[in-house]
Order: sequence, then C-alpha cells, then structure tokens
Amino acid sequence: MMLIKCPHCGARAVTEFTYGGAAEIARPADPVGVSDAQWTDYVYMRDNPRGVHDEVWQHSAGCRRWIAVRRNTLTHDVIATADPGKLPHR
Amino acid sequence: MKYSIFSLVRNALSHHERWPLAWRSPDPKREYDAVIIGGGGHGLATAYYLAREHGIGNVAVLEKGYLGGGNTGRNTTIVRSNYYLNANAHFYEFSLKLWERLSVDLNFNVMFSQRGVLNLAHSYADLESYSRRGNAMRLNGIDAELLDRDEVERMVPLLDCSAEARYPIMGGLLQPRGGTARHDAVAWGYARGADARGVDIIQQCEVTGLRRNGNRIVGVETSRGYIGAKKVGLAVAGHSGQVAAMAGLRLPIETHVLQALVSEPVKPVLDTVVTSGAVHFYVSQSDKGELVLGGDLDMYNSYGQRSNLPPVEHAVQSLVALFPSFGRLRMLRTWGGVMDMSMDGSPIIGKTPIDNLYINCGWCYGGFKATPAAGWCFAHTIAQDRPHALNEAFTLDRYAQGHTLDERGAGPFAWMH
Repeated sequence: MMLIKCPHCGARAVTEFTYGGAAEIARPADPVGVSDAQWTDYVYMRDNPRGVHDEVWQHSAGCRRWIAVRRNTLTHDVIATADPGKLPHR
Repeated sequence: MKYSIFSLVRNALSHHERWPLAWRSPDPKREYDAVIIGGGGHGLATAYYLAREHGIGNVAVLEKGYLGGGNTGRNTTIVRSNYYLNANAHFYEFSLKLWERLSVDLNFNVMFSQRGVLNLAHSYADLESYSRRGNAMRLNGIDAELLDRDEVERMVPLLDCSAEARYPIMGGLLQPRGGTARHDAVAWGYARGADARGVDIIQQCEVTGLRRNGNRIVGVETSRGYIGAKKVGLAVAGHSGQVAAMAGLRLPIETHVLQALVSEPVKPVLDTVVTSGAVHFYVSQSDKGELVLGGDLDMYNSYGQRSNLPPVEHAVQSLVALFPSFGRLRMLRTWGGVMDMSMDGSPIIGKTPIDNLYINCGWCYGGFKATPAAGWCFAHTIAQDRPHALNEAFTLDRYAQGHTLDERGAGPFAWMH
C-alpha cells in the first residue's frame, strides 16, 4: 500500500487520496493572448516521466485539502509532500 | 512449414523433437526499408502486413525484451467492437472481422472464441445508455442485443440477479461476436508469419536513440549497434513517451498501471465475458479454467509493471458481489501492465511531425483487441505515407485541431477514460 504523508494529517493510505495529475501544468495567464499550440500543450501534452514526477492530490477522505506530492512513477516512492506550489526545487 | 494434421502426425512420430523453429533470430542488417520498434502484437502485426499487403519485406522488428512480454502477454484477452463513436466502431469492427479469420490467415491457432461480451446494466440510466450504444452499433453494422433481466439471468445463471443483490441487474448489452483469444499466440502467429515473409525479428535489442538528419530519421541506435532505417514506426505502448522523446516529441499521453488477476482453475462455469461499467469490473474464464478478472487503473501515473493491493481488493469485492458462489475461490496470481492512457481515451495511429517517423500509441484499455486492425492500418500508414481510411481520425494532431474522440465524455484527464 502506498502511503502519502499529508502535510496536515500525516501519513495515510493512498486510498484516502484522489489523484489530480501533473503539478507543473499551469493555465495560461493570458488566455486570449496564447496561441492554439500553447493551449494544446496546456490541455493535452504531458511530460509523463518514468521516474520523479510532481503531482497534485486531494486528501479527499481526510482534510480535503489539495497537496503537492513528489513521487517516483517507477518505484512508487513518495519523495516529498507539501502545500500546493511549495515543493522544494529539484 | 505449414501446420496441419499431417505435420502434427509426422512430428508425433518423431516425438515432437524435430519441429522447426517458428522464426529465426538473425543479427541485424546494416539497413532496412522499415524498422518497427516494439515486438508486441502491434509491432509484429505491422511487420506482417507490411510484407503481406505492401510487399515490403526488408523490415526489422526490434524488441527490448522478448516477443509479447509487455502488454501483449499481460492483457485479459478480450476482443469486442462495442463502440459508440463512428471512427472507433468502424476500426474495431474491422479488427473483429480480421480476428474471425486470423487463425486461418496465420496458419496458427490464436484460439479466438466468440463467446460473447455482456455489459451489465444496473440502473434505468445504464439501460438507456446501452440501448443508445446498441442502436449506434447496429447502425454501423455491428451485432448488439439489448437483454432484459431474465435474459441475463438465463445466460449467466451464477450471476446474482436477485432483488437483494448488491448490484441489482436490470439487463445488459450483449455483443455475441465478441469473445477472447489466446494473447501469446497472437504475437507468435504474427511473428511466424512475418518471419516467413522475410522480416527480421530481433529480440534483446533495446533502442537507445534515434539518429536524425534534418526532419528525417536515418536510423536507430540500439544495444546491438546502429541500424539504418528508411522509415521508422513506433509501437511501444506503455513507453511511447520515452521513445518519442528520443525524437523530441511530447505526447498527449500518461502512463498508468492496469492490473489483472486470475483464480485457481475450476471446471467450466462462465461461458461468456461479463463486464460492468458501473462497478468497474470484468471477468471471463480462460480455457485453462481460471477466472480472469480486472477492473480499474490504479489512477495515478505509474511505470511499475506490477500489482498493488487496493485495485486487487476492488476486483475481488466486485467478483464476489456479482457472483456470490465464487466467494470460495482462491486467487492464483496478480500482475500489472503499463498503459498509454491518451487524453481522449482513443488511440493514435499516424504520422508525426518528423517526415519518416510514424507512431502507434495511446491504446488505453483496448490495445489487444485492436491488434490486427492496428497492424493493418499502421502498415498502410507507413507504406503509403498516409493513413488508411480506418485510422484517418486517429491522428496525433487531432488534439490541436479539437477533433478528439472522447468515447466516454470524460475530458482531458488520461486516467478517467
């Protein structure tokens, strides 16, 4: 069972959490000004790394807060957790 | 050698010790007209149809491990074409038609068994959506039958159809021509057929780089040296992003692990494939007698080709809720495979921004049943440098153009499809 350490509640089973996808994708700040290609990148394109991946999760069966999780997609090691946007730089 | 009753008798007389190898294991040549990366069902089928339909036999299939050791050998062998959207329906129905004569075509028994695929309806809303999908299928020439509760109960007597059932049965949508096939045999049959037509199948050969000249690929760097290539096709679902990145491409795909498990073998008890969309569960019985079951993804990005407990527990709970009499079966083994989950739940077979690089990826849950048609269409795309009519809609650039094929209507969340 994968354990994720919620910054607010402590280590909990993965079944308490809901996955929210890659953390690095950011909605374009100027939606009108960006090109179609930039929109496509934002909506559909993903780095999909085999290894360290920054993600957002919601502790949906706990405190219900969104958190940031740095995790290894091959070994399932949870490397770090933090409030959204607060993971240390890699 | 053609497999037949006569070859069987002849080899029985020599105690089955003189069967020729089904395919060669040659060293790679310096250059090929086409190099297919990935020796699973899709890559091998592509090579087979390149040779058979397009006369391009100077082809290599490069496989990192052994043939069919990835998702071809990890899926749950279900074949069906019960799709709603036209592009998917036409493609998968063509695939089903290829399945229906595949053993004869390949002279290799893929054990295709048209035992039917039944989707259970647990609510009036389920029945409504199944009647809509069934009608769409029939309009596309695909067999579909809407069953009521009594018909489902007669067809699958072990299913809990009582009023007290945890998941009440209201009816179902049946595709009688759907079924199962022997997954390993599909890879082996295509490998043998391709090899007989001159294709070099090179195992234990990992691609480590793609050598580029301008907007063309000139060859592939591998663990067995450099191999020149006039055209290159990727068929490495699960790891498409890794190989595409060697060409500088970013894909609308996330990799997720999907698990399955089998019970101990028992006598024949379930003669059809039963699935439930609401419960996220499916089960069939293999020819060996094992119940083969599975359900959802683990729901987070993963390249770990292994099992994890929560989805296994969900699958077993679902099995026991739907079939109470299976509660005493023990589970024999579990495993996981990694899926290319595309952003609209539909596959990608087509050209890339690089002139002579072609891609076949994004199969989500549905790669196995697609194997013959994916090979057929990918071979056409590579040989003719343009898609076949059946994969015109499966382009890589459909996301940029807004022409996504979102069968489930789940939006751009890979794990939701």
